Order: sequence, then structure tokens, then C-alpha cells
Amino acid sequence: MNYSAGKFDIAVIGAGHAGIEAALAAARLGCKTVIFTINMDAVGNCPCNPSIGGTAKGHLVREIDALGGEMGKTADECFLQSRMLNRGKGPAVHSLRAQIDRRKYSDVMKHKLELQENLELHQAEITDIKQTENGYIVTTRMLAEYEVKAVIIATGTYLGGRVFIGEVSYDSGPDGIFPASFLGQSLKDLGLPLRRFKTGTPARVLRSSIDFSELEEQLGDEPPIPFSYDTDDLGENKVKCHISWTNENTKQIILDNIHRSPLYGGKIEGIGPRYCPSLEDKIVRFAEKKRHQLFIEPCGLDTEEMYLQGMSSSLPEEVQVKFYHTIKGLENCVIMRPAYAIEYDCVDPTEMNATLEFKRFSGLYGAGQFNGSSGYEEAAAQGLIAGINAALKIKGKAPLVLDRSTSYIGTLIDDLVTKGANEPYRMMTSRSEYRLILRQDNADVRLTPKGREIGLITDERWEKFNNKQKLKEEELKRISKIVIPPSELINSILVSRETSPLSTGAKLIDLLRRPQINYKDLEPIDTTRPELDSNIFEQVEIEVKYAGYIEKQLRQVQQMQKLENKKLPTDFDYKEIKGLRLEAQEKLNKIKPLSIGQASRISGVSPADISVLLIWLGQ
Amino acid sequence: MKSTTIAAISTAQGESGIGVIRVSGDEAIEICDRVFKAVSGKKLSEMKGYSAAFGHIYKENEAIDECVATVFRNPKSYTGEDVVELSCHGGIYITRETLRAVLEQGASPAQAGEFTKRAFLNGKLDLTEAEAVIDIISAKSKNAARAALYAKDGALWKRTEAIKNKLVTTAAHLSAWVDYPEEDIEEVTEESLRRVFSESIEELDRLLKTYDAGQTVKEGIDTVIAGKPNTGKSTLMNLLAGHDRSIVTDIPGTTRDIIVETVLVGGIMLRLSDTAGIRDTGDAVEKIGVELAKNRLENCGLVLAVFDDSKPLDENDLSLLEKLDAENTIAIINKTDLESKLDSSPIENKLNDVIRISAKNGDGYTELEKAVARLAGTENFNPSEGILANERQRTAVINAKQSLQNALDALNMGLTFDAAEVDLENAIESVCELTGERVSEVVVGNVFHNFCVGK
Repeated sequence: MNYSAGKFDIAVIGAGHAGIEAALAAARLGCKTVIFTINMDAVGNCPCNPSIGGTAKGHLVREIDALGGEMGKTADECFLQSRMLNRGKGPAVHSLRAQIDRRKYSDVMKHKLELQENLELHQAEITDIKQTENGYIVTTRMLAEYEVKAVIIATGTYLGGRVFIGEVSYDSGPDGIFPASFLGQSLKDLGLPLRRFKTGTPARVLRSSIDFSELEEQLGDEPPIPFSYDTDDLGENKVKCHISWTNENTKQIILDNIHRSPLYGGKIEGIGPRYCPSLEDKIVRFAEKKRHQLFIEPCGLDTEEMYLQGMSSSLPEEVQVKFYHTIKGLENCVIMRPAYAIEYDCVDPTEMNATLEFKRFSGLYGAGQFNGSSGYEEAAAQGLIAGINAALKIKGKAPLVLDRSTSYIGTLIDDLVTKGANEPYRMMTSRSEYRLILRQDNADVRLTPKGREIGLITDERWEKFNNKQKLKEEELKRISKIVIPPSELINSILVSRETSPLSTGAKLIDLLRRPQINYKDLEPIDTTRPELDSNIFEQVEIEVKYAGYIEKQLRQVQQMQKLENKKLPTDFDYKEIKGLRLEAQEKLNKIKPLSIGQASRISGVSPADISVLLIWLGQ
Repeated sequence: MKSTTIAAISTAQGESGIGVIRVSGDEAIEICDRVFKAVSGKKLSEMKGYSAAFGHIYKENEAIDECVATVFRNPKSYTGEDVVELSCHGGIYITRETLRAVLEQGASPAQAGEFTKRAFLNGKLDLTEAEAVIDIISAKSKNAARAALYAKDGALWKRTEAIKNKLVTTAAHLSAWVDYPEEDIEEVTEESLRRVFSESIEELDRLLKTYDAGQTVKEGIDTVIAGKPNTGKSTLMNLLAGHDRSIVTDIPGTTRDIIVETVLVGGIMLRLSDTAGIRDTGDAVEKIGVELAKNRLENCGLVLAVFDDSKPLDENDLSLLEKLDAENTIAIINKTDLESKLDSSPIENKLNDVIRISAKNGDGYTELEKAVARLAGTENFNPSEGILANERQRTAVINAKQSLQNALDALNMGLTFDAAEVDLENAIESVCELTGERVSEVVVGNVFHNFCVGK
């Protein structure tokens, strides 16, 4: 018999990276929140790579942190090794990535949920969501009914999850945890169109079975840089990673057995991520490539499991053993967990508003892989926004919608709800048109005031932020004032950096403007330099050096804003505008964009259609 | 979306053989049935699209003119709506009376460009096509009309598409290289970026040159005929005008102090004027002031400097020669039908284009045509290759070029590629604006601003 398990403001289904951020944000904003996980030991699980961040994903983590989310802090607490990727390719694309201790990450996150005021964590599979007059009733497999005002669905790969390893396949969530088998039907009954996506993960192998002697080492940066603006010091890198390569033998084994891949054998109907392909995908699609790189990464400090980044596969275990053994260093490796592909249900994100609330279901939100994205960071970012918006709605406050010019988070969500996802959506720097202003170093400047306004930034953090801004301003003033006279010392520095020596005095700021010169170079002549956080120097230097380009991007933002401010009605039938192509009419009717700007980003709406809309609006 | 019915006179206002009143909108046929009675007695509303009927236009029960009414049915019409075109006799009075009759029956007067705007809104033509329509309407010579037609067919699009693809490929490579630092993606080198930027700048430059040639073809060239009296300037004028009389028009020089004639030479329209000073007898150059004459010779697009082959060069010739500039001058040594007494070396030393003609019997005319095309930069001008047709497109190319130059500058300064990429993406946007793949409001606004009522 069903029984009532009580009333809550918000129910969060799933305690992965999306669910965690959603639940913490909602609870912290004062909403009575309940979060469900199918398995208590799977909270904050990292079933794929033991790392957080990476290109563009590192930006997301910084932004989550700047808004008051948890991922960055926990990653710092569990860090094993940290690297700033893309150094040398420019500040816009610097991206932080940290290897983390995956068990510890899970434990720390679970503990944070347990300690959070206003939040209850339950092990339960949700089997049903029913809409009521004032909200929803969510039911567990044990028939407990929770009466809530809002629901956030963050089911990850659990929803209708099915694992494929060669000819073997079975219903399962990730890491052998059982899947959510009933909720899918309930969502379909509600009227949500579900579709199948797939993803995959490589094998974990035993450390002692790997021969590292001839493998290239990959070390972390010294000093390692934290994600969170709250973390002052990470200490030292704790582990090394290693690099190896596949070869012609690996390729041959895969090609000989490709028919046994469920993907190529036609068993998997789900659409996989083009941007994160399995090894067999890479070999088939890039047939001319002789070798592919892989990274061997430790899964934690108290485990001997090693992750083989870049080697995901859904070939039979027997074939996996064979092809992994062709790789240098892995000749005798022992596979502890085989690689697998997993197929799952997700929703078409164009069903949602930019608040991540379903257009047709007030109070129903989605986040993470359920929305068609891939990756822990993409999930966490959406979870945070869904949690914030569910809470704001319950509190009767205006929703939080971040536009593309403010953040990668805004870009991610705009892409999802406007363009939809035809494959698992991965964040990339190229998805943003404002890279030089959306940098990982200035996420706090961009978003912490928003986080404060919403109520997720503590007084202490706010004070720290303001203090940092003040110090930054002072430093900018300082370098604009100080004049460096020509001297042997400064000229020897300048010449050694291949830039012209001084014949008259120059301001510090002008020296810093030179692309060849950085703060560190000027240390010997900059005698009045204050002791500051390295992030302040980083921001000042970038803002000075790239001032012209930052200005350009700000102008682009203004241009965009003009189109964003041209509002479109949401209750209009676009079929009435005959000048729009049929596809555009259908897409516009489906997405109901809020502005010309958003309409222009819908795939299937061409610039010609946009000009039709502009003229139509102008009538 | 219910559309109001609009009407306007679609032909030039003035005395002409026929005048067309175009009526477009949901009630176009109904309204016209109230002003037009077919001789056959058949109503327009009973007629199929693409059919015509002869009859009369009635105003207050009185037939005011004979008329052919052509019916176009939605969506197969210029605007995509129901359209009736009433072709009556030309002339300001009759066409206006007919329009009034239509307006009295419930049509609204069309705003500037409204027919085309409706065509556009109804998907009958895209923006570049709409622009091409403006150019066709205002084309002043055959070559110009041809160039406009080609713009509509997308030759320009193809040409810019090639530039765009190159830039987009580069941007995509940069993105992949940045987004997948740990994949084995070919490194983007400064050298490869430089090459793409420079090559694209060159290609854009070539495109810009087509604009000048295109403008010349479209707008014509201000041309001055200079030379002392009795060198045969009038005969030359007649020769030029006589070659294609149908296009020659006498336009009274209202704003100028000189007579202007428009002639076609080698497909290029020359707006001919005789310099006031030099036309006068006597020492005219001195009369109007040396400076003024010089200014005119320098500022016009083309100078046809005429010398008399039958007489040696005198002071007047030399004085004129001194004021000429090789950049814009063709020296015409006239009267080759007579005995040559002229030593042309001072002319040839100063000027590059020296041709010999006999204006009287037409010898050397072909050389003149070639020289004009050469100097106008239209010699190798082939409208089918795709040319920049208007100021908007030219601005887009200039912006794209500037952005790429900025990208090169960023590399020269030693800035990282992410800075150059901002410029690269700006350049792509500008090129897309050219092809119509990106539309800013400015574009839309500009296009419809340029239409005249009735089209």
C-alpha cells in the first residue's frame, strides 16, 4: 500500500553531479528538499574518468563555484593532480583540470548532503511522478509518496539504463548499480518525449600489472591551482599520470572484431557522443590514423585501479583483453572492470525554458544527462541552475537566466533549450562566441555578484570577493602610475624577451601590455609590488594585455543584446508568416523563442527567416 | 495574417505608352472588379491566375480609359498575394485617375518598397535578391542590368563562399586544437594562420576592385572633353552620341554651367561635358582661372583631351597638356584623315593612353572604346564572375578585410591565437553578412529603405 512520506518543497531525483548541486542550492535557499539516490554508495559517483574539469569544463566548474555551487570545492578537497590545459594558446582557453580521488569525491559529497540543513537524502528508486493541483507526488518503489511543489529530474544514465559489452547486454545503471526501470514509463505517461542516448567508459586495470618503465610521464603543475575561490592552497600534486599509444596491432584487432561491437552490430539504438568517441569509433572514423593517444590515470590514493582515458569500448571482454594487451605498457595488464557502453533515456531539452523548467509542466525541471548533455561538469552546472530556479519559483522570486555573454553555463543551457541535442552535448570553448570575456580566471567577477543576489554566497565569501576586487583595482592603479626609467636591468630583461629596450621611462602598465612580458619578468625592477593572490595578478595582466580585444568582445555583446531585446510573442502561430520556410515555422512553433536573438540560434531557422521575422516585427 | 490591399503606379510617372497600376492583397481582385469592366463581361474574380482581360476603367460609372487587367493568383505573383495589374494608357493624369479609382474602392496607397517587402515576407525572394531587384530597377546601362541579374543568380555568393570556407576551416581547426589539447590534433602554426589571413585579404581586395569597376558600369563616369577650339570636339561628341542614339538623352545642365550628354562608349556610360573654359573661344583657360580649369580636369573620372593632328602643337595645347594627369586622361589625336603635322612625342611622354582617330569618319573608334574600358578599370570586368553591387556589400568586405588585418597585427604583436581568433570570427561574420547568411537589422533596414513606391 502507498503511504504518505510527507511534504517537501522540492524533490530531486538522482544524486549525481546534477542532483547534488540542485539539492544543495535548493536547500541553501531555504526550501525543504528531499533527494533520492538508487544506491547510497553511488552519491556523486564518477563512473567515467577520475577527473574534474578540462577544456571549457574547467570554466564550468569555476562558474559553478562563483555562483555558490559545490563541485569546485569538493574537487579541490579530493584533488590528486592539477593541470592548466592550453597554456600558450591564450588566456581565453586556459582550462583547469584535476585528477581526483573518485571514492573520496563520492564520500565528501554524500557527507555534505547529509550535513546540509533543509535537506534529506534517501536511498530510493522513484517509479512515478504525478502532477497534482499544487505540484507533484513522487512515489518510490517502496510506495512512499512525497508531496512536493517542484521536482528536479536528474536521472543520469540510470533511466532505462542498459549496459552493452559485446554480445552481452543487460539492464543496468553505471558501475553495476541497478537502473531506474519504471520512471521512464511514468514520464511518457506524463507526455514527455524520451529518446535513447548512449555513452561509454574504458576499462579499469590493475596498477601493478602495468609496465610504466617506458611510458611518458604526465606531471601536474607546480604549484597546482585550485578550482574554488574558497580554496587557498592545494598542497602538492599527489600522483603522476602516464601516456601511451595504440598501434597497428590494436587497430587490426578492433577492425577484425568490429562486427561484435553492439554499436556496429546495430544493437545499440542510442546516439553516442561524437566528441567523446569510443576507440572503435575513432578507428573507423579516422581510418588514416595509425595510432591514438591514451592516458593512464589513477582512480584514487587507496585503490590500485587505473583508468585508461581515451580507450572506451563496447567490444566483448575477450576482445578488450586482446587489444589492451597490444598497447605499450599494458602488455600484461589485468582488467579489473571491463569497458562498457551504456544506453539510457533522456528528454529533448527544447521542451524546457532556459530556467530548465518544462514549458508544459510548471514546477517540473530537468538537469544533466537527462537533458541530453554529457559530462559531470555540464550536469552540475544545470543542476545548480535548476535547483536555484525551482527554489526561486517557490519563493515567488524572478528566475535566474544567465545569458550567453555572462557564462559558459548560460551558453550551455541556451544551446540545449534552443538548439536541442542530437547527441550527448559536451561543452567546448568553441561553443562560446565571447571566449575572451568568459575566462576561467574571471568567473568570480562575472558571477559571484549574481550568486550573492540569489543568496548562495556567504558573507565571508562576499567579503573576500570584494576585498579581492579592491586589491585588483589598487594594483591596476599602481601599475598605471609607476614609471620605470630606462636602466641596464630593465633593458636586459626586455631584450632577453625579444622586445625593444627603453630609451625613456615607461609605465609599468605599458610594459605589461607587451605580449612578450609578464608579471614575473618584471619582478626585479618592480620593487613596490604588493603580496597578492596569484589570481589577481593573472586577471590584471590579462585585462591589460588583451584590453583591445576585451573591448571588441564587449561591443559584440552589445550587438547581441540588441537582438536579445527584440522580444517575440510566445503565443503566436508562426505558420501565419508565409515568408518563413516550413522548417522554420515548425521549429519556431516548437521552441517559441523569447527573442529574435534566441530565434537566430535555432537550427533550421536561417538568417533569411530571421530577416523575415525582423521585418514582420517591424510592421 | 490578413493583409491590407495596397496599390500604386508601378511605371515611371510621365508621358509614356502605358502606365501600370499594381494592386496587391487579399481584396485586390475584388477591388479591381469594382473599377474594371471587361469587354467580355467576365469578372476578374472568375479568371485564373496569369490571365488577362481587355476592358475599361470606370470611375463614378464613367469609363476613363481603356485597360488590360492581368490577374495573378496567390502565391504565384510578385508579392505572393493576389495581384491585379491594370495597364492603362501612360500619362500622369490617366494613371493617377486610375489609381484614385482603385483607392476609392478600398485599397491603401503602397508605401515605398512595400510590394517588395511583401514579396520578401511571403518568401518570394531573399534579401540579396531584393537588393538585386533595386539594382535592376535603377540600372542605367545594359552591362549594369546584366551585373544586377548575376547578383541575383548568386555569382557573388559563390565567390565569397570560397573565402568563407577557407576562414571557417581555419577557425574550426583552431577550435579543435584548443578544445582537444590531449587529442592528437595537428598543431595550428602561426605560419599557417598568416597564410590564410593574407590570402583571404588578397582575395577580398580583388573583390573590392570589382566594386569600383561595378560602380563605374552602374553609375557611369563623369567625362570632360578638353581641347582648344577647332580640334574637332563637337565632331567627337557627335561620333560618340551617334553610336547609340537611342540611349543618348539631352539633359539640360541644370546644376552645372556646361552641357551634359550621356553616351555609351564600349558599354560604359560617359556623362560628357565640355569644359566651360575650354569650350569658349580665345584664351579661355585664363578667363575662368587656371585653378578652376585644373580642378575640373583633375576631379572628373575621365578626360578626353583632343588634339588636332593636322596642326603642330601650340601654346594652348601645351598649356592643356600641362594640366592633364595620366591617371584619368585619354589623349585623342583627331583628324587623322588629314595630313599629319603634329609631333605627338610631348603628348606621349606625358600620357599613357594616346589614340588616333578621325571623328569625322569614325576611324579609331574601337581603340577609343578599348582605352575607355582600360582606364575605367572595366576592361577585364566580367559581371558573371560576381561583383560587389552596393555600398552595403562593399562595407562588409572592407570590414572582413580589416578584421583579418587586425588578426595579422595581433600575430605580429605576439599576442596569443585566442586574440587573433576573435578577429577571425569577426571576419567570418562580415563575409556571412555579404552572402546573406547573417542578417543584421541594419541590413534589413537598408534594403527596404532603398525602394521606390510601386516596386
